[in-house]
Amino acid sequence: LPAVRSAVPGALTMEAPTAYDDVTRYNNFYEFGTDKADPAQRAQKLKTSPWTVSIEGLVKKPGRYDLDALMKLGAMEERIYRLRCVEGWSMVVPWVGFSLAQLIRRVEPLGNARYVQFETLADRAQMPGLSSNVIPWPYVEGLRMDEAMHPLALLAFGLYGEVLPPQNGAPLRLVVPWKYGFKSAKSLVAIRFVEQQPRSAWQATAPQEYGFYANVNPNVDHPRWSQASERRIGEGLFAKRRPTLLFNGYEAQVGSLYAGLDLKKNY
Amino acid sequence: MAPVNALLLKPATKPIAFVLALLPLAWLVWGAAANKLGANPAEALIRSTGDWTLRFLCLTLALTPLRQATGWHALARLRRMLGLFCFFYAVVHFLCFAWLDMGFDVDAILHDIAKRPFILVGTAALLTLLPLAATSFNRAIKALGARRWQALHRLVYATAALALLHFFWMRAGKNDFAEVAVYAAIVGALLGWRLWRRLRPAPRVQPAR
Repeated sequence: LPAVRSAVPGALTMEAPTAYDDVTRYNNFYEFGTDKADPAQRAQKLKTSPWTVSIEGLVKKPGRYDLDALMKLGAMEERIYRLRCVEGWSMVVPWVGFSLAQLIRRVEPLGNARYVQFETLADRAQMPGLSSNVIPWPYVEGLRMDEAMHPLALLAFGLYGEVLPPQNGAPLRLVVPWKYGFKSAKSLVAIRFVEQQPRSAWQATAPQEYGFYANVNPNVDHPRWSQASERRIGEGLFAKRRPTLLFNGYEAQVGSLYAGLDLKKNY
Repeated sequence: MAPVNALLLKPATKPIAFVLALLPLAWLVWGAAANKLGANPAEALIRSTGDWTLRFLCLTLALTPLRQATGWHALARLRRMLGLFCFFYAVVHFLCFAWLDMGFDVDAILHDIAKRPFILVGTAALLTLLPLAATSFNRAIKALGARRWQALHRLVYATAALALLHFFWMRAGKNDFAEVAVYAAIVGALLGWRLWRRLRPAPRVQPAR
């Protein structure tokens, strides 16, 4: 999947990318099982072609968009992002894609569209994890419109220069690098423009533990563990945990989105 | 039944059981050295040692029911060793957490134990094993008297309950209780069997003539 280096500020961290094998074999994708190794083992037969994404809700140009058409909405860029999982581990991933904003502008949201809701594939025939009730399927996530329009919010189609492997969210996924990984919904089938704040799958599952914003924040602990530090995958057994950075180190780029917002309340 | 008992009474039985019980640890040490524990080896070590603690707890609790059901009474020779291995894996589990997650920072460990209920319960489960391990040798049994020693060692039922709660809370974040249910069913059956033995009417004794 050819791509040019991104010119978006903050889009190319200098940190060493996590090994391809770790990026593609250590995944949370509960539709294929809750174990980290499950997605790589069980997702390989996921049918990603033909694939359409339904654009719905408060937009001038709703409709079913074919994957090929979506891929032509912007020039593919390489972006090297830190990924911080809410569980306390992190990676560095070289993604391929373009800003979600490019798609949003194309479909022309109406003035009263204040949030974007993302819905991911829930196909019992292909996804063995759906038989468990860990999450009320389908997996749903959401962003405020200004968050979704931020140039760092990425619509990704590939990683390491290839099309996305199924376990990483093929054929297209969201990547929001300043939020915990679960906000970056995989294998998108619908993007809905709405007026009310959507209720995310994890909010529905454990509202006392997961809020709508889920911004990476070392000062706001998860109710069951500290978020002050993280373990970087691939650094070996005895590497020290790293201090976690506010907004996962993207404060300079996204901090202004949250000016005046109480991050302890809006976790 | 006699051949099994005879086999269990052979001098080599205990050393073989000892080596078998060390195999999980050997496999983990080899896996860590050879980088075979996946992308997050620290997590794999912490979780596997916890799993093995639970397994040895189940094995230890299964020994008496198995002995009584089969008549393989020589199994009793292995009970202390299995119990001590349960304690051993619990200590290794705690050390993995203290080292790999906490870097042996005592303040951080104490803070974590206080903050996270599932760590608190796991630590409590480990503490219940301490007096059992400490009184596991013959002279302690003699000093305490068999009756008091046995009463003390019933603490292992509390260990089982705490260990299950620890595992349940650990998985609660993911709503993922399939494995917890398996262990709970095993422990439930083993403790339920004891309760049933205790509550059933005493077998009628034939009066002697």
